[in-house]
Amino acid sequence: MTHEMIFAGFGGQGVMLMGQILAYAGMLEDKHVSWLPSYGPEMRGGTANCTVVVAEQHVGSPVVTRPNLVVAMNLPSLDKFEVSIKPGGLLIYNSSLISRQPGRNDIEVLAVPANEIANELGNDRVSNMVVLGALLGKRPMVKMESIHAALRHILPPHRHHLLSLNERALASGQALGNSN
Amino acid sequence: MGEKILMKGNEAIGEAAIRAGCRHFFGYPITPQNELPEYMARRLPEVGGVMVQAESEIAAINMVYGAAGAGARVMTSSSSPGISLKQEGLSYIAAAELPCVIVNMVRGGPGLGGIQPAQSDYWQATKGGGHGDYRMLVLAPASLQEMVDLVRDAFALADKYRNPVMILGDGMLGQMMEPVMFKDEEVRELPAKEWATTGTRNHPGRNVINSLYLQPDRLEAHNEHLQRKYAQMAANEVRYESVNVEDADLVVAAFGSTARIVRSAMEAARQEGLRVGLIRPITLWPFPEEAFQQAAKTAKAFLSVEMSAGQMVEDVRLAVNGQKPVYFYGRTGGMIPTPEAVLEKFKKILGGEA
Repeated sequence: MTHEMIFAGFGGQGVMLMGQILAYAGMLEDKHVSWLPSYGPEMRGGTANCTVVVAEQHVGSPVVTRPNLVVAMNLPSLDKFEVSIKPGGLLIYNSSLISRQPGRNDIEVLAVPANEIANELGNDRVSNMVVLGALLGKRPMVKMESIHAALRHILPPHRHHLLSLNERALASGQALGNSN
Repeated sequence: MGEKILMKGNEAIGEAAIRAGCRHFFGYPITPQNELPEYMARRLPEVGGVMVQAESEIAAINMVYGAAGAGARVMTSSSSPGISLKQEGLSYIAAAELPCVIVNMVRGGPGLGGIQPAQSDYWQATKGGGHGDYRMLVLAPASLQEMVDLVRDAFALADKYRNPVMILGDGMLGQMMEPVMFKDEEVRELPAKEWATTGTRNHPGRNVINSLYLQPDRLEAHNEHLQRKYAQMAANEVRYESVNVEDADLVVAAFGSTARIVRSAMEAARQEGLRVGLIRPITLWPFPEEAFQQAAKTAKAFLSVEMSAGQMVEDVRLAVNGQKPVYFYGRTGGMIPTPEAVLEKFKKILGGEA
């Protein structure tokens, strides 16, 4: 199975990091991965996004126009990428910040109140890890241990006191993804 | 060195260059390659090297000329408009036969253009972007691992032929992350360069680095020497990858990141029973003419897919030499061809509608 995913949100929501951690975890499991950031004019106001491919075979195009999974952390991202998802694909959206319902009925949809869950855990800034956990609950493409290991690699040592908070956020999201 | 690291393309080039023994880097900022000079600015001082952010691209390429003349292993990088500014220096470097590596992370043009990926500097890179009869080896990686491996080769080839070597990437390869492995031992000892201007205590007599030959007969003799060298490069250094060409009705030419998109489209086409193959030039100069000449015996048609208005397609046409039709599909301005659109083009050609 090749997972072709787009993570989108506004700057500061940690969408680039979410994608990078997932790609790193895939690499640790010897899967083929690529991570491609948006770096063009669309980043200036609106949505930052990255495209991540996790595959068993080599990654062909790192550019994905018809993803089978989209994470939308804010409304402009939902508006932009909902239409692009392949039929049968999965849409995960941050229902804390997005009030409208997605319109597609040929895809799977998971609403994650990411900021609310993150706030309950004590820090709004781990909303991205809640969503990444939910993604893995729905599509267990890599093991949670690999995500933890990736976090250790990517977070600089002076941020390692935040590891357990991030891990709790991942676990909360995963539980939600598992049960929906 | 067996460990895989997830790295950005621009940074992976920097690390590969340092591991290949590069200790001198001269550059000037431009998107989408800034992470490379940034990486060099951080890392080179740690290994006793020098990174200078020059006052301009023109200054940077002339610093490369100086360092290369003194025998240093040296690199510069830029993106399209900045590479245009370096062309005069490149012509001088080629004429003076100085080894160096130039990285071009191509962006959309012409003019200041945009910052998104493109391949529209193919002609500039392969046909001599500066003045005079000169050639550069041009290497076009399609993945970050290949890029890392080619950086190492680029320095070796530059020394072997005393010639500039260009790595031609694009914004996508520069910005994306993929796992890379640095497989080779670090280069610690550089090959001796007896021609370099290292001071008369280090070599017998004077060594002269020069590109000025005012006497026509001497300039012609110098040119003939350069042409013999280019002929050797063309004979020895061709590299390409060929996939599914043996039974292909349609053979597609694509390089760099575009080749990956074509490969995705080719796999989709094969699943639908369409016999499509791919020739991916790794050296853009020398161009793998023979691979296309061979394929022309069995294929019914050729297609070049590029992020340009059609540049490499001319080399494909020269190689195929009228034996079979050669079609073109491209996007420009930083737009990236989609596998779906490329597949549609395959179907049109194979269905006789192109």
